[in-house]
Amino acid sequence: MTEIPKKLDPSTAPEGCHPIITVRNLRNAFGDQVIHNDLDLTVCRGEILGVVGGSGTGKSVLLRSIIGLQTPESGQIEVLGENMVNRTEDEAKNIRRRWGILFQNGALFSTLTVAENVEVPIREYFPFIKPPLLDEIASYKIAMGGLPADAGPKYPSELSGGMVKRAGLARALALDPELLFLDEPTAGLDPIAAAAFDQLILGLQKRLDLTVFLITHDLDTLHSICDRIAVLADQRVIAVGTIPELLALDHPWIQEYFNGPRGRAAAASYEHEVVA
Amino acid sequence: MADLNQTDDDDHRPHGSLYRVAGGLTITRAATTQREIDALPDPLTIDLGEIDRMDTVGAWIVYRTVRDRGAKVINASRDEVSLLKQVGEFDKPTRVVPDEPHNFLTGLRELGEWVAETGRTLVGLLGFFGATLIGFANVIRKPSRRFRVNAVIQRFDVVGVRALGIIGLMSFLIGIVIAQQGSVQLAQFGAEVYTINLIGRITVRELGTLMTAIMVAGRSGSAFAAQLGTMKITEEIDAMRTIGVSPIEALVLPRIIAAVIMMPLLAFWAMLTALIGGGIFVWLDLAIPPLTYIQRLNETIPLTDMWVGIIKAPVFGFIIALAGCFQGMLVQGNSEEVGTRTTTAVVQSIFLVIVLDSVFAVFFSSIGWV
Repeated sequence: MTEIPKKLDPSTAPEGCHPIITVRNLRNAFGDQVIHNDLDLTVCRGEILGVVGGSGTGKSVLLRSIIGLQTPESGQIEVLGENMVNRTEDEAKNIRRRWGILFQNGALFSTLTVAENVEVPIREYFPFIKPPLLDEIASYKIAMGGLPADAGPKYPSELSGGMVKRAGLARALALDPELLFLDEPTAGLDPIAAAAFDQLILGLQKRLDLTVFLITHDLDTLHSICDRIAVLADQRVIAVGTIPELLALDHPWIQEYFNGPRGRAAAASYEHEVVA
Repeated sequence: MADLNQTDDDDHRPHGSLYRVAGGLTITRAATTQREIDALPDPLTIDLGEIDRMDTVGAWIVYRTVRDRGAKVINASRDEVSLLKQVGEFDKPTRVVPDEPHNFLTGLRELGEWVAETGRTLVGLLGFFGATLIGFANVIRKPSRRFRVNAVIQRFDVVGVRALGIIGLMSFLIGIVIAQQGSVQLAQFGAEVYTINLIGRITVRELGTLMTAIMVAGRSGSAFAAQLGTMKITEEIDAMRTIGVSPIEALVLPRIIAAVIMMPLLAFWAMLTALIGGGIFVWLDLAIPPLTYIQRLNETIPLTDMWVGIIKAPVFGFIIALAGCFQGMLVQGNSEEVGTRTTTAVVQSIFLVIVLDSVFAVFFSSIGWV
């Protein structure tokens, strides 16, 4: 087993970190199949944390546990200072309006237009905001998500894959969240659109002072926008750190991931030092 | 107010009305803020000196007031100024819903579209019917390769075997209801014994098959539409086509074959259970023993009644499966369409079944099977 330096240990927060998500001793299992065991993770305010891991290591399950769609078998999860496990629906509501989530396939409501999709969270939490103010808010959120103005009255089925993601992002941003969860935001996008989406996320993160929890397989995303990267393997987060820090570890999966042909190609374009 | 806008000598005092907020200018109080701003007359000055937090919605309200009413903003911190600039960059008005003007002409257009759509659906149904027949022909030509035994057997199970319980229970209860209602009415003429004629003829000739058809339409017709519709949305059917598997042969034919073969069997089962239900009622209520009941049924129900019931059944099954599969294949776009198409499939098939049933009634009477 690789020795993990204290700095990269997921159970300790780095210096100067204001934890916004804290996961401790999380255990998730479906029947006999254990997904997570003794998983620790801390996300600091204002950072973009990338979560990587092979297929089936439970990245999405971790996301679903944190946002409360999946009740863990045991462990503590704290988001924005509130305990997330065994909460009542009313308590959960207060937290839900402080985060935004972009699901992997957008999860736009198919019977509503893009603008109406963006208005859903606003209508739900702030029913007193009426048109035209409501429509204007939706308009600039759509523009903020990088969509053209004519996308507003379109239905999700009329959008391309990239536009669906942008519309999903606009909906996630509707309530000015402090915390943004992105599940594979660039999956299925062409490299140009993916790069543009990365920059959009980075720009929004800086502008709106967001904390971003990002699940991805996209090495370019990891290199270009992530502050720290959490590596999921062996049913837990084995280490959290920057790419050079992770590469200094002698873990076979990490080496394979970042030093494989694709990893090297991505690294080369970002001029990171690759430690062989 | 001494520290107001010290850099700008011309406007060192706010003129007109002044709007000053303290605390957070955020989405939480967006509606109130907008109302308060709307209530103030021009020229308006907004003082941001005392706010401690502003989000994009707060910034947007300030921005639109500046944009629309030429309001002046004072005492904004650097962060607030940059946030105001940022929301300004995203000022690209978009419509929320597609344009839909309503007038007499659109009414006419909608009527026209409805007629055209209905026409297209009918033509489409005809085309689908044809495609099904071609599929049948292909299967018959090369049964060893084209006939999907497993799929058909599986449909037999789903459409037929698993429906036995609910159809049996439903018919059993209908038998009891007919017996009970019939006996009350016939008792007024002292002719309770004719309750048996009533039960026998109505369930065997009409209700057994009709109720089974309605149940199969609700149970299996809807399932066919929903299954094929979902497969349409997830592109499974497209995938099938590209692999070279005909969706008609793989999906539609097994369902139609299953419905056509299972319907008469289920209808016969429904007749039996209805007769049993009626028999139990007359035994308990009118004290007619089962043996007498069976003997009397034997005398009153002509064999042609059973043929009337059984002959109709496969036709109904065909209609139900065809409507279900056709509507399922028409699904495109969003998940809501699966729901509406499923509803349409059930409504259409039940309606067609009843229309055909009346045609059959006239036909069988005219050939002397009364």
